[in-house]
Amino acid sequence: MKYVNKIRPSVDGKGLMMGKPGYTDDLAETNSLIVRVLRSPHPYAKILKINKEKAEKLDGVECVLTHKDFKRIPMTRAGQGYPEPSPHDKFILDDHVRHIGDEVAAVAAADRETADKALALLEVEYEVLEPILDFENAYESKIIIHPEPEIHEMFPIGFKPKKNVAAAYMMNVGDVSKTLAECDVVIEESFYTQAQAHVMMEPHTANARVDFQGRLVIYSSTQTPFHVRRILSQAMEYPLSKIRVIKPRIGGGYGGKQCLHGEFLVAAVTLRTGKPSKIVYTRKEVFESTFSRHPMRFDIKLGAMKDGTLKGIDVEVLSDTGAYGEHALTVFMVAGSKVFPLYNKVDSVRFGGKVVYTNHTPAGAFRGYGAIQGNYALESAVDMLCEKLGIDPIEFRNKNMIKEGETSPIFAIMGEGTEGTAMNMESCKLEYCVKRGTELIGWNEKYPKKVMADGKIRSVGMAIAMQGSGIPYIDMGSAMIKLNDDGFFNLMVGATELGQGSDTILGQIAAESLGVDPDKVIIYSSDSDLTPFDTGAYASSTTYVSGNAVKRTADKMREMIIEEGAKALGTPISETDFDGSSIESNGKKITLSELSNRLYYSENQKQLVAVESYVGTKSPPPFMAGFVEIEVDPGTGKIELIDYAAVVDCGTTINPALARVQVEGGLVQGIGMAIYEDVVYSSSGGLITNNMMNYRIPTRKEITNMHVEFADSFEPSGPYGAKSVGEIGIDTPPAAIANAIYNAVGVRIQELPITPEKVLMGIIKQKDKE
Amino acid sequence: MKTKINVNGTMKIFEVKPDDYLLDTLKNSGYVSVRRGCDTTSCGVCTVLLDGDPIASCSYLSCRADGHNVTTVEGIPEEAALIADFFGYEGADQCGYCNPSMALTLYAMKRELKNPSDDEIRTYLVGNLCRCSGYVAQHRAIRAYLEVE
Repeated sequence: MKYVNKIRPSVDGKGLMMGKPGYTDDLAETNSLIVRVLRSPHPYAKILKINKEKAEKLDGVECVLTHKDFKRIPMTRAGQGYPEPSPHDKFILDDHVRHIGDEVAAVAAADRETADKALALLEVEYEVLEPILDFENAYESKIIIHPEPEIHEMFPIGFKPKKNVAAAYMMNVGDVSKTLAECDVVIEESFYTQAQAHVMMEPHTANARVDFQGRLVIYSSTQTPFHVRRILSQAMEYPLSKIRVIKPRIGGGYGGKQCLHGEFLVAAVTLRTGKPSKIVYTRKEVFESTFSRHPMRFDIKLGAMKDGTLKGIDVEVLSDTGAYGEHALTVFMVAGSKVFPLYNKVDSVRFGGKVVYTNHTPAGAFRGYGAIQGNYALESAVDMLCEKLGIDPIEFRNKNMIKEGETSPIFAIMGEGTEGTAMNMESCKLEYCVKRGTELIGWNEKYPKKVMADGKIRSVGMAIAMQGSGIPYIDMGSAMIKLNDDGFFNLMVGATELGQGSDTILGQIAAESLGVDPDKVIIYSSDSDLTPFDTGAYASSTTYVSGNAVKRTADKMREMIIEEGAKALGTPISETDFDGSSIESNGKKITLSELSNRLYYSENQKQLVAVESYVGTKSPPPFMAGFVEIEVDPGTGKIELIDYAAVVDCGTTINPALARVQVEGGLVQGIGMAIYEDVVYSSSGGLITNNMMNYRIPTRKEITNMHVEFADSFEPSGPYGAKSVGEIGIDTPPAAIANAIYNAVGVRIQELPITPEKVLMGIIKQKDKE
Repeated sequence: MKTKINVNGTMKIFEVKPDDYLLDTLKNSGYVSVRRGCDTTSCGVCTVLLDGDPIASCSYLSCRADGHNVTTVEGIPEEAALIADFFGYEGADQCGYCNPSMALTLYAMKRELKNPSDDEIRTYLVGNLCRCSGYVAQHRAIRAYLEVE
């Protein structure tokens, strides 16, 4: 391959580093009205009255919006395909507020200072209601968070708002109770995960204008421009055909920008005033008023025979969706569907539970999407089981894990909100990943631990993981390739570049098929008026789904070039070939540049455009093995990361440098969730970790050493053998680090994050026991 | 109040209020490469150089910059392009939102530290957070950039 599986710099990296305008706020109209939001100081309250008179009279205020200014149309901000698997339980503005930071009213003014003054002039009378702040007390509580009658599910997802249940699910393979009763060893453990925040460097932002054609144009920092257009249209009853959504460059998303946040309010302000407007979230708003990861409790039972054969997995999950149910069902299901097929040889699996509402910041999509939570529970439990069995954890995994050519019944049963799709693992190099990972970390020399001269303890731990490549039969990607005079191309895709390198790798795929240098393929992405449809950047779909669409389109353009070349040369198509620079047949030759100039200026004039789309019929999982080496200070509980070795099977890497950094960046977010990123609420429901001083993401001082490698793997259904790679990197750190902590000091941490306090308390408790 | 700041080699006069921060003054005057990230001086994406030293413009009052030289990434195009080549080779540029501030801090570091160790590099740059790259790719790129005379 000439241009695929090759390192190339990203198409936008240099321009962005040099400060070229490209992000949403760079492109806002300079005279935009500034939109600011009055946010709830109460975790749960009914708005009895809003007096907006004083605010409206303030000089410079153009528009004040409350729930009375909007028709009550229930919707979901989830940013998913239609119909959504999330309940329609949100209104643009409502007469109830359900978490601290929820929207009460919005003001648009000439400048920020005036807008803030106007917010202070709004007089709101609340009836403060008792909130639910503990997700374990939410189910069937006497407090009902969503009593409103209009809300509904789009299809059965187990939505029971009167019981505070946003979604529920249950699946069975075999009879797990019977299996566990017949096992030699059964363990039963609980694990908790926290509401990790995305902390993308660019806060959420959107701006709106009405252009010279009277179209409502929204620039948004979004991962799902086409869903934004549809949801805006539905929620505002404004014709979809009059909305254009443009996604410019995005300053990081990781799932946090799949959902809609500022778009409704800027659209409403601009439609009412006729003036351009913009909203830029403060960092506090990003923390309190967008989404975070679903906190979960796992009650897990594993049963095995003495010889180390895993026989049964029984998992009950309680997930906390916060105030609204965006992604409630699907994140919950992925905690099963993209975790438990790892151990496919079991006789029975039961996976079920519910997703409850609380009066905390809502949860939504976040890289890993349930799989990181499930992986922490399962891969911690597997090590606990191994200890009880007296079997080496690597030997156990090698014996029980999924391998190439195999399948799991879970694939057919569980999809994302619906039934799944049966598939065999046509590419699965997990055995190699585990073997190579042990070499990279030096497992045999280091397992389980080594006491250093200064009393600190070095240890290793590991976990295996899987993810997916898009949502089969639902996610659609499409591409359009246009040949220009002089023989260069435009590639138009709906796929959403958000910093992961999607534009770059899609260009490489097109170049490979066309046989032309990637510099000759100029890519534009994510403009709902100009580019073809794509569901967006989520569910690890871009490389596999959008990549397949681009390959099909480029293959078609290649055929068109050969056909037109053959006509120009007067030769049969079957005897004509295109090598990327010239079309040749039987000694006759025309360059691509000559052919395109001929097509556009002189003979048989014709525009060549190819369009194709792709919907997956399966979701081939990327796999990986993650190995960590840590140093624990038994006197303080402090954990230092020494090394992280990750070996990944994502099929062919389209751009090995970008793929590697997807994994490295994912690992560091996973490491953050494992040991740094604590989420703290006050007893009155306020998020204490609502800024970057209190919420600590990893810095470059802690992350000094990582070894990421890729297995030699080829996925037959992927573009040039590729699977997706966006999420898989995040999954292993919580379990691998928890396992390493146990190997170091014998303390099993079952509630994330693993802080020094928890480790030290564990050490002290152990000493007390002794 | 009138504040005279030399921005990227050109003397500019800004009309600022006593509580205006340099980030807003620059952004509102069209220097869009200076970005807002956190509001608490935690993330580093608003970094500019003040007389050659990196500062967080989100917490630096504009009036204090009176009579000083301010450099944004538009002021070091050749160096930024060079740094971008090394970041691009490693795939380390990612979303790019923090990269103008990275380029400025690196540019200052290269002039301030001679043959820095890995740890010195990390300490110098610790205030420039990145949520995309996982840092190690950036570090590989920075190491290669520092080799250039």
